Amino acid sequence: MRFIKSLAGAAASATLLAAPMTLAETITIATVNNGDMIRMQGLTAEFNALHPDIEVNWVTLEENVLRQRVTTDVATQGGQYDVMTIGTYEVPIWAAQGWLVALDDLPADYDIDDLLPSIRDGLTVDGKLYAAPFYGESSMVMYRTDLFEAAGLEMPAAPSWDFINEAARKLTDKDGEIYGICLRGKAGWGENIAFLTATANSYGARWFDEEWKPQFDSDAWKQTLTMYIDLMQEAGPPGSASNGFNENLALFQTGKCAMWIDATVAASFVTNPKDSQVADKVGFALAPDNGLGKRGNWLWAWSLGIPAGTDSEEAAKKFVAWATSKAYLELVADKEGWANVPPGTRASLYANPEYQKVPFAQMTLDSISSADPKNPTVDPVPYVGVQFVAIPEFQGIATAIGQQFSAALAGQITAEQALQNAQVLAEREMRRAGYPK
Amino acid sequence: MARAITPRQKWTFTLVAWGIGLLIFFPILWTILTSFKTEAQAIADPPVFFAFDWTTENYTTVQERSNYFHHFMNSVIIALGSTLIGLAIAIPAAWSMAFQPARRTKDILMWMLSTKMLPPVGVLVPIYLIFRDVGLLDTRIGLVIVMTLINLPIIIWMLFTYFREIPVDILEAARMDGATLREEIIYILTPMAVPGIASTLLLNVILAWNEAFWTINLTADDAAPLTAFIASYSSPEGLFYAKLSAASTMAIAPILIIGWFSQKQLVRGLTFGAVK
Repeated sequence: MRFIKSLAGAAASATLLAAPMTLAETITIATVNNGDMIRMQGLTAEFNALHPDIEVNWVTLEENVLRQRVTTDVATQGGQYDVMTIGTYEVPIWAAQGWLVALDDLPADYDIDDLLPSIRDGLTVDGKLYAAPFYGESSMVMYRTDLFEAAGLEMPAAPSWDFINEAARKLTDKDGEIYGICLRGKAGWGENIAFLTATANSYGARWFDEEWKPQFDSDAWKQTLTMYIDLMQEAGPPGSASNGFNENLALFQTGKCAMWIDATVAASFVTNPKDSQVADKVGFALAPDNGLGKRGNWLWAWSLGIPAGTDSEEAAKKFVAWATSKAYLELVADKEGWANVPPGTRASLYANPEYQKVPFAQMTLDSISSADPKNPTVDPVPYVGVQFVAIPEFQGIATAIGQQFSAALAGQITAEQALQNAQVLAEREMRRAGYPK
Repeated sequence: MARAITPRQKWTFTLVAWGIGLLIFFPILWTILTSFKTEAQAIADPPVFFAFDWTTENYTTVQERSNYFHHFMNSVIIALGSTLIGLAIAIPAAWSMAFQPARRTKDILMWMLSTKMLPPVGVLVPIYLIFRDVGLLDTRIGLVIVMTLINLPIIIWMLFTYFREIPVDILEAARMDGATLREEIIYILTPMAVPGIASTLLLNVILAWNEAFWTINLTADDAAPLTAFIASYSSPEGLFYAKLSAASTMAIAPILIIGWFSQKQLVRGLTFGAVK
């Protein structure tokens, strides 16, 4: 009896001790190690000032690791995370699977209509928003104004591929280690395939026709890949088949590239005098087109989604609403300056006269606005996504095709062989996956 | 008879050995050097070796952003816990296979090794589901169990090869003197196999310390070891090589130091039996 009493006493005191703990709800947020996310992590105290009852745990991972980690967790309803950083590729697929909580009850002051339409479209399924955009990006041309001036060239605000080809060859000085253009060559669905798919869109190519038949045997794809390989061989840096975003960023920042077509988010890096040797000599232009009505720029939004089945849905929603709000943008501007505000999500940011002074602001907005994830190509397609196809099979197929294109760039196979292999590969995988569905 | 080596040959061998040694060590040295550079110096072309402004800023940043000690303790518990439990299971197992082999012992050894032939990702989802259902996700206990099971075949194999080198006559003599099975293993076999056991222990601590697939996939925050700590500094969009190098240096330093101090035992254990 005494034992039971003491046990009851211990349980009661444990409950008392635990009582203050239960007041604080803990949410775990999985995110990537990009500058804007690290800044968000640094501002956790500001969120806690508003919501002292919510404790925030951060799990930061490399993008590919994060993708594998959160996909495993959301698919098995593991419940390890309450907020996940995901992209425009995952959101339509996950939402269709019922893996995400719909964000249809955000507070009125969130002003959902302020979100940029192309970004919002990419995160909306059946009229409901399933993830809130944290930062949006497109791609654009970054170029060296000093080299252009010295060569007597003038970059148009909206250049064509013909101009880019001509300028890149003219600006190349291989002995002086200046290369006319730096582009992604590293294999991967988020690396060379992102760039080449967006470029192919501007050449009138597409991944699949309306019957889900792969289209790599089309003339448009042949033109795209041949142009890319010829351009890189004549005006690109050596070893470009292994260059991704970071490698090209390093080349551009150390003054080795006259032009670089890549993510708009790079603009804040290359204009930062602390890291970039060319910070005051960078100009921006829209991604090139080929006169067919589509530009070669992509659209991506790192967004915050809440996995279905989380124990802390309300707390997670409060965090998501805070981190993607107008007030958050002002908070970052206040602490770190307008150039460091996460770009590309809200119209009000671009209407702000202070933000308009940021050199790359307008070009980022124009690039994002000109991409349309629901109508990405010249000819109609059955899929959503500019530089990707939002179906689960895409990652595997695109990675394998990326290896073919990278091998072609390295000179191991010809462009024709790469496209033939891509066609066979895509046909086989799509047949196995049961398309057309 | 000893083979005569000319001083010239000796010098050549020494130089070649140092050359290979430095080549293997170079990536670690480069990581350590980069950790003291600024991000701009880290990507400088041509690369700078020593003539840069040394800074400890990266270490400060990493320390501010992450709780290093939390991850470090998780690594210690997971690596040591799994190795010690593994040894406790493997010593009797290896004893029985080395000294009391049955008709199928070789097949069992082969079968155990075959579990290492499947790519881990092939069983990720089933193990994830089991862990979710029994509440082991993001727990140190869960990881100790997984790491024990993963390294058990290697521990058993290593101990088996060491034990086989021990003359069975000594064990028989102990039995004649009335030693029980327990006493035979603890007082006779184990002391004789100490170099082998020590090197097995060290090698498994290193393997468990560096294991990055399960330790990242089965943890979120509470049980995340140093592998997850490094992964948080790698970025596909942004050049943070100096910070990544600082995080890597902090993660590998403990195991590197242990490896340095114990290399004599490690080499002795790994070559145990070969020179007999």
